[in-house]
Formats: sequence, C-alpha cells, structure tokens
Amino acid sequence: MFYIYCPHCGEHREEEEFHAKGQAHIVRPIDPAACDDKAWGEYLFFRKNPRGLHHELWIHAAGCRKFFNMTRDTVTYEIKEIYKIGEQPSVVAGNKLAGNK
Amino acid sequence: MSQKNRLGTGGRIDRTTPLKFQYNGKTYTGFQGDTLASAILANGIDVVGRSFKYSRPRGVVAAGAEEPNAVLQLGATEETQVPNVRATQQELFDGLTSQAVNGWPNVDNDMMSWVGKLGGKMMPPGFYYKTFMYPKSLWDTYESMIRKAAGLGRSPLENDPDTYDKVNQHCDVLVVGAGPAGLAAALTAARSGARVILADEQSEFGGSLLSSKELLDGKPATSWVKSAVDELAGCADVLLLPRATVNGYHDHNFLTIHERLTDHLADKAPVGMVRQRLHRVRAKWVVLATGAHERPLVFSNNDVPGCMIASAVSTYINRYGVVPGSELVLMTTNDYGYQAALDWHDAQRKVVAIVDTRQNPQGARVEQARKRGLNVITGSAVIEVQGSKRVSGVSVATIDAAGNKVTGAVNRLNADTVASSGGWSPVIHLSSHTGSRPVWDDKVVGFVPGPTVQKQLTAGGINGKYSINEALSEGVLAGLNALAKLDLPATEVVLPSAADMVEEASMTLFQIPHLLPTSKAPKQFVDYQTDVTAAGIEVACREGFESIEHVKRYTAMGFGTDQGKLGNINGMAVAAKALNKTIPETGTTIFRPNYTPVTFGAMVGRDCGELFDPKRYTAMHKWHVEHGAKFEDVGQWKRGWYYPKPGESMQECLDRECKATRDSVGILDASTLGKIDIQGADAREFLGRIYTNAWAKLAVGKCRYGLMCGEDGMVFDDGVTSCLGDNHFLMTTTTGGAPRVLEWLELWHQTEWPELDVYFNTVTDHWSTLTISGPNSRKLLSELTDFDLSNENFSFMDVHQCTVAGVPARVFRISFTGELSYEINVQANYGMHVWEKLFEHGKQFNLTPYGTETMHVLRAEKGFIIAGQDTDGSVHPHDLGMSWCVSDQKPFSYVGKRGMARQDCMRENRKQLVGLKTKEPKVVIPEGSQAVFDPNEPIPMTMVGHITSSYYSANLGHSIAMGVIKGGLSRMGETVYYPQADGRVIEAEICSLVFLDPKGERQNV
Ligand SMILES: [Zn+2]
Repeated sequence: MFYIYCPHCGEHREEEEFHAKGQAHIVRPIDPAACDDKAWGEYLFFRKNPRGLHHELWIHAAGCRKFFNMTRDTVTYEIKEIYKIGEQPSVVAGNKLAGNK
Repeated sequence: MSQKNRLGTGGRIDRTTPLKFQYNGKTYTGFQGDTLASAILANGIDVVGRSFKYSRPRGVVAAGAEEPNAVLQLGATEETQVPNVRATQQELFDGLTSQAVNGWPNVDNDMMSWVGKLGGKMMPPGFYYKTFMYPKSLWDTYESMIRKAAGLGRSPLENDPDTYDKVNQHCDVLVVGAGPAGLAAALTAARSGARVILADEQSEFGGSLLSSKELLDGKPATSWVKSAVDELAGCADVLLLPRATVNGYHDHNFLTIHERLTDHLADKAPVGMVRQRLHRVRAKWVVLATGAHERPLVFSNNDVPGCMIASAVSTYINRYGVVPGSELVLMTTNDYGYQAALDWHDAQRKVVAIVDTRQNPQGARVEQARKRGLNVITGSAVIEVQGSKRVSGVSVATIDAAGNKVTGAVNRLNADTVASSGGWSPVIHLSSHTGSRPVWDDKVVGFVPGPTVQKQLTAGGINGKYSINEALSEGVLAGLNALAKLDLPATEVVLPSAADMVEEASMTLFQIPHLLPTSKAPKQFVDYQTDVTAAGIEVACREGFESIEHVKRYTAMGFGTDQGKLGNINGMAVAAKALNKTIPETGTTIFRPNYTPVTFGAMVGRDCGELFDPKRYTAMHKWHVEHGAKFEDVGQWKRGWYYPKPGESMQECLDRECKATRDSVGILDASTLGKIDIQGADAREFLGRIYTNAWAKLAVGKCRYGLMCGEDGMVFDDGVTSCLGDNHFLMTTTTGGAPRVLEWLELWHQTEWPELDVYFNTVTDHWSTLTISGPNSRKLLSELTDFDLSNENFSFMDVHQCTVAGVPARVFRISFTGELSYEINVQANYGMHVWEKLFEHGKQFNLTPYGTETMHVLRAEKGFIIAGQDTDGSVHPHDLGMSWCVSDQKPFSYVGKRGMARQDCMRENRKQLVGLKTKEPKVVIPEGSQAVFDPNEPIPMTMVGHITSSYYSANLGHSIAMGVIKGGLSRMGETVYYPQADGRVIEAEICSLVFLDPKGERQNV
C-alpha cells in the first residue's frame, strides 16, 4: 500500500485516501472538431504502459479532493516526484536523478 | 498417560503445571510451556497426518513455522474450529482439542493408502495440470476423491464467537524477529530513543537462544535475553509484540503483523478480550532478523515418521525437555548439525551413529562428538530409511566426495530417529514480498536478500551469519545503520560474547544418491506437504519445464500452506541437477505474503456483520421501517423498495402503489439522489461544457434535465439541474453516481479548465427530498403552504423557495412519473417532520408511500431512462432517442460532442432503445433477455439486442419493457423474439418508449 504525499494538504497519507486516474499530461485537443477519428482515438483511448517511470494523475479523493501528478516507477513502485497540475515533471525517463526527492 | 519421551529435568517447561489435551479423541498430558507438537512428541505419538497424494504416514519434522506435516485442526466446539494450525507454533493449553486432518477414516489406518501403494500412478506430477487440460469429464471423477483425500482442515460451520481487531502503527524501526540479531538491533535503536516495534512469532523472545546451550559471557544465553527484554520493556517508545508474526512486507515499508492474544488461553481468555489483532505498520526503517531454517536432506523414505531436521531435535530436547525417540542416526553436511547428536547423547539416549557426508571433518563440534565416544562415520550417507509408521532402521553407504554416487557397500543400522541437516536457508520471505529478487550466495549455500528499494536492513541468519557472535554484532550494526538514516544519535551497546567455535565448511549437498537411479529408488521427498519427490521433479524437467517457476506449478512444489519453507531449495537443486544448470540458473524462489496463514478473522477485524460496510439512512428511515418497508441497497443507501400491506404479494403491492399514485397521490423518499451545489461566475459556462444540452439561457428559478457523456460520447449520468441564482446551480445525479459525478466535475475543472471560476460541493446529505406525485399532489401541498401553487405562478420545471409545514423549503416542480409532481427539499433534520405532516394531511387523498420499485415502473410507463440500467457505457444520446437533449449550437465543443461524431457512433444499425409490448399482455420479459429477429434460427442465433427494463404495469393492464434493438428506432411495429432458457419464446412488438400519456399532458396541469 502506497504512502502518498498530497501537495495540497502538505502531508503523507495512506493510499486508501487516493484514487489513481491514469496517465497524466493528456492534452485535450483545442479544437476537437478539427480532429479526424484517428487523432481523436489517440486522445481518447491510447495510453502508455511503460516499464519504469510513469507520470500519473491522482486525486486525494477522501481528502482535499484535489488532483495532482505523480511520477512513479512501475517496477519498484517508488514514487519519484509529486507535482501539481499545470507543472511539468523534473524526473523523467533517462534523467532519473534530476530532482529525485 | 505417561510422557515416555519427557526428560526428568531441563527445558523451559513447568512440570508443576500439567495440561490435559486431546488428540484424535484420546486424552494426553503435557506441561505449561509446551507446544502442541512438543506435547505430541513427549507422548510418543508418531503419526500426525497422512500425506496429501500418496497417503503415507507423516510425523513431526520441525519445531517452528516451517513444519510441513503437523498441520492440525483445532477446536472443541463447532464454532471454534480452526483449520491449518501448525502444532509446532500452537502453545498447549488445558483442554486443547486437536485432530489430524489428512487421513480417512483415520491417520493410523488410511483407506486411501492403496492409492499411494500404486506408486502414485493415479496422481503423477502434473496431475492437476493434466486433468484440467484434458476432457472435463475426468475431473468430475477425481474431484470428490481428491477433496476427501486432500483436506488440510475444514472451516467451521458456525459463526466465530471471537472478536478480532486491527490497529494502525507508525514507528522509526520495526525489528522482525527477536533472536540474538533482532534483540541487539532493537536495543541499539531503543537506547537512542527511537520508536521501536519488536515482533516475534514465538511466545517468548530469544529465538534460537531459547534452545541453545551456548553460554554468553559464561552465563546461559537466556539470562542475557531476559536482561535485554527487561530493558526494552522499560523504554517508553518500544512496543514489544510476542506471539506476533510479521506476515507481509508491502510497498513503501508497510508491514502487517498478525498478533495472537488469546490463542494460547482459549476459553480461559477474559471475556471480551480480542483474540487476534492485525497491526498495520508504516515503518520508517525495517530490520529483518528473521534467521534461517534448516534444510533436511533428500533421501529415500525420508518422510517416515522419526525423520526430523537436526535443529528441531535439539530444540525439543533443550527447550521442551522432550527426546523424540530412543536411537538416533544423524546425517549432516555441516558442523552445526552435530549439535543434535550431542544434545541427544547428553540426554542419555543412544546415538547410533553420526553420518557425515564430508570426507574428513574436524571442526569443534565434530571433535566434541568424538570426545564423547560417538560413532562418527565420514564420507557416507543415509541412503534409505526402513519403516512405515516409524523409522526402524537405516541403510548407510559411502559416497564420493561430490556426493553424486554411492561408492561402497551398504550397512544396515537399527534406529527409530533420523535427524538430517543439509545446512541452512536464510528466511528471506519478507524481503521478497515487495518484488526484490533473492540472490544466490555460494558461500552461504542459499539465497540471501537481493537489492531492494524498501527502507530495509538485515541482520544475522537472514544474511547467512549463523554464529551467535556474528548475529549479535550484525544486529547492533543494523540498529546503528537505522539510527544514522533516521538522523538519531547513536549510543554505545556492549555485547556479550559466546565462545568461538571452529566451524569447517559445509558440503554443498541436497539430494543423497541411492544405489538405484532417482526414478527407481524408493521415494525421496522434497516437499512433504504437497508430496513432491525428487523423481517427480525429474519428470517435470524431462517434460520440458526448465524454469523453476514452471517446475513448481507443474509439480505443486511450494504450493502448500507452508509455501515450501523446507523443500524449495532442495527442489531447485534437484531441478538444477536434472537440467545440468546451477541453482541460480534455474531461477530464484519468490515468496509472497503471507509468511504463515492468517485467519480471516484477523483480516476482517471489526469490519463484519453490521459494520461490514457503512450504511446510509435517510432522515425518514425510521418511518419506513415502522411502516413495513422492504429495503434495497443502492450504493450504501438503504432505500425503501416497496411497502407491502399484511398479506400482500410484491406484485399486488406494486399494483396498488402505482395506481394510487396515478389516481390520487403517492410519495417517495428521494433524499438519496445525488445533489451537487455549483457556484461561481462561470458555473453556467461549465455546465454547458459538461452537459450535452444548452444551459446559456436557463432563467433563474427554472430547472432543466441534462445528459452527461464521457469524451467517447456515451451517456454516463443524467439528472435535473436548477438555476437558483445567476451564479448558483443545484445539480442532481443518480443515487449511485453522485461521488463519481462530483469527481468528474472536479477532474474537468482542475485539470482542463482551471481558468473557470466555479466551485462544487456535495450537499446530498444536507437535504431531505420528499417527492409527491399524482393528480392530487397540488391539493395536498397547498394544505401545508401558503405559496401560490397555481399553474400560472408555479409551472412545470419551476423551482421556488417557500415555507412548507412551517419550515423553509425548496420546491421543484419536476416529474419522474409524468404526473403533476413536487420535489420538496427541506433541511435534512426537518425531513421527518414534513413527511409526517404530509401524511397527516394526505389521509383524505389516500396518500400512498411508494419505493424504488414503483418509481421504476412509473418512469418506465413514461419511457424515462435510468442511467446505468438502460445505458451501459455503449449507448450515446441518439441511441436513446434523446437527440432533443443534444445541442449542436453550443460554441464550445462540450464533453462527448466529438466522441458522438465518431464513425462507429454514426453508423447504421446501432442498438437503439425502444419500447416493447409483449403479444401476451400478462407476460413480463425477464430483464437481460436477448432479442432475435428469427426465432427458428439454429443456435448460435443472431442476437440483435436485449431487455434493459421490464415490468407489469397495473395502470396500463399489460406488461411494458424497454430494450435495445439493432436499428430499433426505424423498426416500429416489427416483431422481435426473446428465447428463454426454459425453451419458451416470448414475442414482442417494437413500439414507442412512451407507453402512457404520449403528449405529456398530465405533468403540465
Ligand atoms: Zn490533499
């Protein structure tokens, strides 16, 4: 069971309080009507499934109800970084040490 | 009964406190301080079970968690039955009642042994695998036989009377295991003021020291144990947990400890005392000091009762004062194994021979044995055991230096006990729970913990460091390491020391050679509990299973309740030899939680019965109960389902409720509907983006129905949203969908449109919602309010704030029944008051309470959908015939708009929601029935849709149904067929969803 730092509450809390919401940083096309079915399908259905670092969206569902991003190692389940919506990760694949906290 | 194997003195038992216990219906006596296993051995009981596959008699092999055979059923009464208890870990108490679990009709005369005598031909390796693969009919034949033959206990048939508990813990250092390493680590950490939890599965702290004869600083090791435990007990921030097994090591240093508080007291436990407690520990650092398990050697007939691991023999003698036999033959590959023979000899029983597989051993214990005049036979092995229900003798022969073959003549020796030691396997289970792969260490001749991302330290036997001195100093080192990581100051710990003993290298040997090849030699058991033999593993390898993980699944090795604690390494060695690989090349052995079986009680804790799941009640719940309501669960809500009168059937009740509502007035407790308060300057804009229809022009005081879709264009929830002020809306959702919808709104706002000024809050529980519906609902409401309820002042889809029954209310004129209808919302704690007032004044109108079932029927008469019942994530608004609820005019591309325009969503012949009228008016089509166009088509028939909602409508006098049909909206009037499992075929006509009042006049009056 994960031990997760909520950047809004400023505390570590048990995983039971959170929901994982899948891959982070999925950008909704500005003009959906301009997307063909393939482009819309990519946005809608296609997700990464990396072995290693993964950027995920989480919500402190039974807490402050706020969303945030998490960079997690899918092999070891280590949480490498927590950052707010709108921010970019500093720990990225191939740059594992940067910003490790 | 006499305890023929009990010594007159010695051991940590209290001979002045005899305890009576039952085993297989007979009464025996043991002493306070015994385990069930030591008491069984003291009484000379040889057979404790029959083996799983071959039905061979089995005896106690070990003295701890690794015991594979002595797995018994406990419990004097039906309700206190506990299966799967390792007798070696069960403390004896007066009145303990135990049973062997394998063996039919009993363990001494087992009818199934004929199966075993056939050489296991009925169950060769891969038996389960093969029977599952091949014709199913075979399985039925074998299943009943296997089930009867292979029980490892049974669950109680009555409710457990005991109480269980869970507790969350946080600590700086969790030390697992209170042997020399664990005690030293805990002391080191505790002296610096760290918050320490020390847990050990045994009743006493001390681990191996409890059965050791070695001296620490010239004194018995147990006196140091006592001083260490006393000091720890005096520390404010130290929690000592004996009888507590750390069973699981999970992510982010989360560990579970299974503490047994009254299992050793049974019915003498104080009333109300918790029987077992599950500690859920988040530890900053963990020190694993879990020690090691001795490996038995693999030789022919090594499972005959009387064959034991060497250290267990020492433990029974030194800790329990029990010598489990008269004449011992010890076979060992290492110096430490000699201790069993030394202890046996010192207990004044006969050591027939020490058979050392090494050619020229000269270590300290070897010399001690020679000094005592014991018969040490070197370069030899016990290649076979004689006996069936107890060892009667052994065959000893010389073997080559590599241990691969027998080199000399065979000598027979008489003996009733064979102790064997093949070295030690570090107890690495916990360290591998989180996915860390163990690493083979040639020097240790075993797996040691591999690299891990957990905040984990290890000390002592788990690292292959077995001497007391090494274990103590590793423990201190781990403690100091933990303190350094925690930024806590270190204090000095002065350790006692034991006399150094010269230990020579042990021989790397697992399987003893026989005169015959493994496949022909008498059975050489590797995993006792699952009856896996060396020959069986060879068969698996020969059949192409090369990875140890595959071999394990094929043979079932390690799949018993002991997880192969004794057998796994030996099995890997046999497989490696057969495959001509090294042990690490065949793979590693991964253990999973839990280390030992955990009772369901401990896992469940108090979350059972009434407390299994939270229940949500509306403010009027008591009234519903008092008026005989039947309830149904909707999410966690208890909702009134229907309100039968005495003698009324469910259908009669529904007919009455439905008619009363349409004829006069009915009332529904709709408080459970999800309610989300939405405020902010951009609230209206937000609604327009999240709903499929238009919200820009909804005036203050007006309500509108809305459909919510996912980005794929599929309907996901619906409800009415009202405009309470220019910046203030109240959204309603389905009862079950409320939390999901709120999270959905937050998702879009927080991650996609944070620039919008809008706020959401759940207010479901703040309001009681009382829905009155029917032609007389206006008359009824007017009795409780002065507000002008005329159609002109308060029209359909209006919301007004007014006073009802003397309390402030929001009244919505919306309708889910198609009748004139008011949803009265009052502050939740006024709900009961208004409800009762409505009934007071409703008598004259025959005000009739109805529940969710009548609500379903009434809305179906009008063709109103229920999201989640008539939709399933694959239907978009157009499929539902609800294009009127989809706006093409909105400037912003709202959620679901592009999704609905995908090629597949626009194609012809999609399944569309339609009404269905059976040809036989009284026949109600079962919900879920599949539709076909051609009832005579051979199976498999072409399915063209299914029924989503189906009821009998008393108002209409016939059944009504809703369902999806391919191209249904353009098939009005056509006939479809619903073949049933019983052979009936129900015929129905496709019709409009609106069965009643198609012009919608009734709700507008
Ligand atoms: Zn939070």
